[in-house]
Amino acid sequence: MTYAPEIRARLEADAKEIISRYPKPRSALLPLLHLVQSEDGYVSDDGQEFCAELLGISKAEVVGVSTFYTMFRRKPAGEFHVGVCINSLCAIMGGDQIWDELTEHLGTDEATPDGKVSLERIECNAACDFAPVMLVNWEFFDNQTPTSAKQLVDDLRDGKAVSPTRGPARLCTFKEASRVLAGMPDGLAGEGPSAVGPSLEGLKVARKNGWEAPK
Amino acid sequence: MTTLTPVLTKNWDTQGSFTLDGYGGDYAAARKAVGMDPDAIIQAVKDSGLRGRGGAGFPTGMKWGFIPQNDGKPHYLVVNADESEPGTCKDIPLMMANPHSLVEGVIITAYAIRANYAFIYIRGEVLHVIRRVMAAVREAYDKGFIGSGIFGSGYDLEVVVHTGAGAYICGEETALLDSLEGYRGQPRLKPPFPAIAGLYAAPTVINNVESIASVPSIVANGADWFAGMGTEKSKGFGIFSLSGHVTRPGQYEAPLGITLREVLDMAGGVRAGHQLKFWTPGGSSTPIFTAEHLDVPLDFEAVGAAGSMLGTRALQIFDETTCVVRAVLRWTEFYAHESCGKCTPCREGTFWLKQVLKRMEAGQGTEDDIATITDIGDNILGKSFCAFGDGAVSPIHSSVKYFRDEYLKHFEIGGCPFDPAKSTVWGVA
Ligand SMILES: Cc1cc2nc3c(=O)[nH]c(=O)nc-3n(C[C@H](O)[C@H](O)[C@H](O)COP(=O)(O)O)c2cc1C
Ligand code: SF4
Ligand code: FES
Repeated sequence: MTYAPEIRARLEADAKEIISRYPKPRSALLPLLHLVQSEDGYVSDDGQEFCAELLGISKAEVVGVSTFYTMFRRKPAGEFHVGVCINSLCAIMGGDQIWDELTEHLGTDEATPDGKVSLERIECNAACDFAPVMLVNWEFFDNQTPTSAKQLVDDLRDGKAVSPTRGPARLCTFKEASRVLAGMPDGLAGEGPSAVGPSLEGLKVARKNGWEAPK
Repeated sequence: MTTLTPVLTKNWDTQGSFTLDGYGGDYAAARKAVGMDPDAIIQAVKDSGLRGRGGAGFPTGMKWGFIPQNDGKPHYLVVNADESEPGTCKDIPLMMANPHSLVEGVIITAYAIRANYAFIYIRGEVLHVIRRVMAAVREAYDKGFIGSGIFGSGYDLEVVVHTGAGAYICGEETALLDSLEGYRGQPRLKPPFPAIAGLYAAPTVINNVESIASVPSIVANGADWFAGMGTEKSKGFGIFSLSGHVTRPGQYEAPLGITLREVLDMAGGVRAGHQLKFWTPGGSSTPIFTAEHLDVPLDFEAVGAAGSMLGTRALQIFDETTCVVRAVLRWTEFYAHESCGKCTPCREGTFWLKQVLKRMEAGQGTEDDIATITDIGDNILGKSFCAFGDGAVSPIHSSVKYFRDEYLKHFEIGGCPFDPAKSTVWGVA
C-alpha cells in the first residue's frame, strides 16, 4: 500500500520545503521521519519508502536510521503519548510509584485499546527541578503525583481539555506535535508562561536581596 | 559570600520574555559585532575567559580560533541544544524563556568564525521549547537580523532549527554531526576535529546553548566585565540547576566558584527534617560527592581536584532516605540503554554492569560483585571510543568509594534496606 495521491502530494510539498532548508538533502531525514509520524503516528513502511524516494537513498538506509532513535515508533502512538520520567532523580522523587500506579490503573504498560493513550518510560527530560515529571506529546506536565497522573490519563481518555504546565493552553495530538518537530510551526509559541516555579527560584532570591550582575 | 548574578535568567519573570520585545532587544550586541573585525570578537571571547558550558569546559574563544581562515570552504556553526545528561536542566528553561539571547549569540558567533550557516540542534522531546526557538528565529529573520545582508552589512546568515529524535549520545558533538547529516548518531574518530572537518567535512564550531547565549553579554559589556566574575581559571557566571530533595529546587545563576552550601542556603536547604547524603556536581556522568564536599568551590579546577567534574552544574541532591545502589542502578540502566553500540567496552560493559547491579540491588550479590563492577568499570574507563564510556563509570566508581558499606548491607540482609516511599515528594516523614 502506498499513500493516496492527495496525501502523497501534500506530504511531498512539505518534504520538499523541509529539504530545501539544508545544504545537503540527507540532513532532512530526521525531520522527514517526524513528518511521517505526523501522518501515520509511527514510522510506517510507506513513510520510510517515501523518505527514501525523496532523498534518493535506499529504504534500508532509512530504516537503519529510524531504528536508532527512540522517538521514532514502530507501532502507532496513541492520540496522547504519555511519558513518565524514570531516570534516577525523578524515579526516586516518585516517578517509579507513578509508573506503577498508572500502568495498574490503565491495565497496560503499552497502549489503551481505545487508541487514546500510549505509555512510555522516558529518560531525563531536562526538567529535574520539576520532579517527578511527565510528558504528553512532548509537552511538560510537571510536579506530578500518582493521583494527578491517573486523573490526567482519565481526562485524556474522556476527551476533557488538559493543559501542560509549561506549554500552550490546549494540548495538541501526537500527530500535530510531530508536525512541529518536522519543522512546521503551529503558531502556538506565544502561548503559556515564560517561566514558572523552580525556573524562577534563583531570580526571586536575587530580586529579594537586590543582587545583580556587576554593571 | 557569593551572590547571584542573573544575566541570562534576568528577564524570565517578565511576561513575553521570549519575544523580541521581551528581550528588550534590537540585538544591539549583534549589530555592534557585525561592524567589528571578526578576529577582534574571537579575541574578546578569549580574553573573557569563557569556557564551554556543555560540560567539558573547553575555552570558547580558543575553539573559534581553530577555524582555518581564507580556506575557501564553507564554515558552519552548530549549537548543541540536545540537553539530555541526567540532572541537566538549564538550556531547556533558557530557550523557553529567553531564546533571543541564543539567537543573538548565534549571529555573533557565526560572524566571528565566518560561517554563513548555523544550526540549532534541539532534542526532540521538548515541543514547546522548539516552538519558542523557531519563533525567535522567525522574528529575527523578519527584522532582518538574520538572512542576507544583515544589519545592512554584506554579511549573510541562514539559521536552521533542527530537531533530534531521542538519543542521549547525539549530545556528543561528533555524534550530533552525524545525526545532523541524517545518519545514526554515532561518534566520529578524532582527529580530525570538527574545527577542521566537521559538518559535511567542513570547518565547524559546536557550542552549547548557554555558551552561545553568554556571548552577547560579553560583546555588550566587554571581556573584563565577564572576567570580573568567577574564579581565576573559571570565569564568568553560569546557571546552577538544583534538583531533588531540596526545599526550593530551581535555576540559580551565579559566578563559577559558588559552593553547594551557598546555593543550598539560598534554596532553603535540604527538605525539612532531612540531611544531605550524596549529590552530583554536574550530572550523572560526574562522580558523586557527599556532605564532605559542601564547601568545594564549584569551578572546573576545584571540583576536578576533589575528584569529580563541574560538568553542566546539574546539582542533583539526594537525602538520607535514598538508596545509593538504586540511584546507581537506574543511571546504569540509562547508560546501557543509550550506549550507541559502536565500541565494545561500552556496549558490552554497560550491559554487564546493569545485570550485576540488578542482582546487587535485589540483595542477591556478594562482596565479589563489588570487585566485578569495579573491574568492568576499569575496562570501560579510558578504553572507550568516546567520553560516554567514562561518564557511565562515574556513578559506579564513586558510589563504591563512598558507600561500600551500603552495598554490603544489601547482601547482608538480602534486600534493599531502604523504603522507596520515604524518598518520594509526598512521602516526607
Ligand atoms: C555522551 C555525551 C553527551 C553530551 N551531551 C551534551 C549536551 O546535551 N549538550 C551539550 O552542550 N554538550 C554535550 N556534550 C558535550 C559535547 O560533546 C561538547 O563538548 C559541547 O557541546 C561543546 O560545547 P561547549 O564547548 O560550548 O561546552 C556531551 C558529551 C558527551 C560525551
Ligand atoms: S563509548 Fe559508548 S557511546 Fe561512545 S562510541 Fe563507544 S559505544 Fe558509543
Ligand atoms: S530526572 Fe526526570 S527530568 Fe531529569
